[in-house]
Amino acid sequence: MAATPKPRVATVWLGGCSGCHMSFLDLDERLIELADRMDLVFTPIADVKTYPANVDVVLVEGAVSTEEHLHMAQLIRKRTRFVVSFGDCATTGNVTALRNRFSVDELLRRSYHELAPGGPATPSKIISPLTLKARPLHEVIPVDAFLHGCPPTADQIWFAVDNLLQGKIPELPNVYLRYG
Amino acid sequence: MPVITFTINGVPVSGQQSESILEIARQHDIRIPTLCHLDGLSDVGACRLCLMEIEGTSKLLPACSTYPSENMVVRTDTDKLKRYRRTIIELLAAEGNHQCAVCVVNNNCELQNLAYEVGLEHVRAQYLFPKKELDATHPDYIIDRNRCVLCTRCVRVCHEVEGAHVWDIANRGINCEIVADMNQPWGTSESCTSCGKCVLVCPVGALIEKGATVSEMEKHRAFLPYIMTARTKQEWIARAIEED
Repeated sequence: MAATPKPRVATVWLGGCSGCHMSFLDLDERLIELADRMDLVFTPIADVKTYPANVDVVLVEGAVSTEEHLHMAQLIRKRTRFVVSFGDCATTGNVTALRNRFSVDELLRRSYHELAPGGPATPSKIISPLTLKARPLHEVIPVDAFLHGCPPTADQIWFAVDNLLQGKIPELPNVYLRYG
Repeated sequence: MPVITFTINGVPVSGQQSESILEIARQHDIRIPTLCHLDGLSDVGACRLCLMEIEGTSKLLPACSTYPSENMVVRTDTDKLKRYRRTIIELLAAEGNHQCAVCVVNNNCELQNLAYEVGLEHVRAQYLFPKKELDATHPDYIIDRNRCVLCTRCVRVCHEVEGAHVWDIANRGINCEIVADMNQPWGTSESCTSCGKCVLVCPVGALIEKGATVSEMEKHRAFLPYIMTARTKQEWIARAIEED
């Protein structure tokens, strides 16, 4: 008898520091249980190149801060049942949005000219252009659930993922509602 | 003075005519969220978090600056009020630049606590990310207008308690901001006594001490009822200060 297919789970790293992913790894031995209960089909940890179709759950870290993030967010929404904003940057913009008080030109001048040790060179190809502002994920695509914190704690992530793997949108108890 | 009896959320309560409904609610352990109110300062009803429904009037009135009348029927816990409170916090979040993770009062912030209280799991209004100015010209303190919620506690404590009236609100609507003296750098203010009262009463991380890094700053506010009861009643409640 064929086993019931495991839920297909993805994690995505947009405009964030990867701290939320580090916190995910803090699940420690619970990762072993997760490996039995789900298939991790896309994640920066596994370095998969293409976001696959038919994803059940995705945790999205980071604000939407570049054209590539924007494209990725839309792709994620098309191919995923439950989209979760993973951490404060995805939920509010947070640290990534600190750049919003400056224009993109000002930012690039500061980073790639004034502070560039190897001499001025504005990236024009390989690196995706910045969007005008860094924005929370739900301003770009509909989001089904929110995990707060900078970063969310491992217990909080466990609670949410455990629920999602059972096909439920997690109703996070108030104890997990905490910014910063 | 006659005692007024009325109900809040169906609970019979009593108080003096001179006491606000907020004060009476607190005496009866009925929680009404507030932000601009601070014990020891006058009330201005600016934040609208303490809005309540009163039977017989279609207007919502702020509990901090509404006074009771006999047999009044007050509700502070309806779904409509809860929805409005959440919306107020959402708009405050969207109109400022509040990055809890890098704020000196992270975990010691009244706005953050209110966000938890109203169950703010995300902000539905579009974030404006306004460009606001930070002024670090004062030798001891900083005003970061990105985090200001315009509660005017600083304006009131400086005027009513310190008597210096350094702070005021300039402009209108979305452009409102707290300014020092004649809208000049705080460090050049001749009226500021550097007492620091404004820093302590600020509910968020907009007025802060220099040298505090993320999550380090706790604000102790017992000095205010201490000063005000000493002035008005000639009673010195030192214990409150020690416990704060």
